[in-house]
Amino acid sequence: MATTIERSTTSGDGAPRPPRDYTRGSERPVGGFELWMWLFMRISGIVLLVLALGHTLIMHLPSGGVDRVDFGFVATRWASPFWRSWDWMLLTLALIHGINGLRNITLDYVRKPGTRFAANMVFYVLGFTLFVLGTIIVVTFDPSNWPPVA
Amino acid sequence: MATPADVLQDSDARRAGGAAGAVTLTLRIRRFNPEISQDSWWDEFTVEADPLDRLVEVLHQVKWYHDGTLSFRRSCAHGICGSDAMLINGRNALACKVLVDDVGPRVTIEPIRGLAVLKDLIVDMDPFLEGYRTVLPFLINDSGEPDKERLQSAEERARFDDTTKCILCAACTTSCPIFWGDEGYIGPAAIVNAHRFIFDSRDEGSRERLKILSEKTGVFRCRTTFNCTDACPRGIQVTKAIQEVKRSILFDRF
Repeated sequence: MATTIERSTTSGDGAPRPPRDYTRGSERPVGGFELWMWLFMRISGIVLLVLALGHTLIMHLPSGGVDRVDFGFVATRWASPFWRSWDWMLLTLALIHGINGLRNITLDYVRKPGTRFAANMVFYVLGFTLFVLGTIIVVTFDPSNWPPVA
Repeated sequence: MATPADVLQDSDARRAGGAAGAVTLTLRIRRFNPEISQDSWWDEFTVEADPLDRLVEVLHQVKWYHDGTLSFRRSCAHGICGSDAMLINGRNALACKVLVDDVGPRVTIEPIRGLAVLKDLIVDMDPFLEGYRTVLPFLINDSGEPDKERLQSAEERARFDDTTKCILCAACTTSCPIFWGDEGYIGPAAIVNAHRFIFDSRDEGSRERLKILSEKTGVFRCRTTFNCTDACPRGIQVTKAIQEVKRSILFDRF
């Protein structure tokens, strides 16, 4: 006699099981945070290539290198809003890019949720502090407010 | 890089040329038996084999004539069931698709990585299959039963042809460094099987699958190392499939 295989429509206790609705119901978005961070890493990576490489070529390589960078050098450079914007973008993008990279590393290698949360919090607080300090300097720096350099 | 097709062609050429006689093969196999020791150890076996023997036949020779306690999974032995994925000379492969001639006189065999070893070359596949189940790997279509087949054009079928080849051997997922670090990552094999339905014109569950794959354990953990593509014994372009899913999440939402 042929055996009929029927799809089970009852749960273990024999009560009818409603068909699960896979296509509707959950309000989770397609994409969301992980998508945007993934996209951000790619775009900021390209922008950082220009910003960081440009920074290195301008600040570190010409004759004298970092040795010629002093108060006067910075004051002259930051007289231009262009260089202030450049440095602020470098600061912001590098911090978010780097800290999201660290977040991804904790996702990969830190298995305990508590330890992962703690590690990420240290990164976020550190990053936020550096961002605030850097932003304050970029926005408020005014050479005339500083005592003259000998 | 030799693709599986190249390897097969090489083997065919050698077969036509007639490989000469038996060769002596030294097998180093990583053993594990929790009833004996909590640590793994290495056993060495020296066996005679035909250069055109598949490695699974050499493992049978060891198990049947040298050491009956050697444990490994195999069912069809013809590269279809996906039971005998193992780490052969540092690369994931099916023991039934690798020839003695392909691996040289010394072969190192270990269990696939990233899954708990139960005994010798047998690993616990549950976390792997859990990832597979997560992506709803079945046809979802609420438009009602059709009178006949659900028709599809040749082009629509070709769209996901590559990912229909998966045999769930776990060679890709257990070659993935992200999966090694975190078995919560659903892994390349699950994404391949999601891809198979996401790009199927008859299926209506893509949105739900893309939501699942957008999560922290989903496709955006992929670092595009291509280990999965190299490891796939079916020649599936695994990394390409993962990138297509990412692209779909990025662009199909608009």
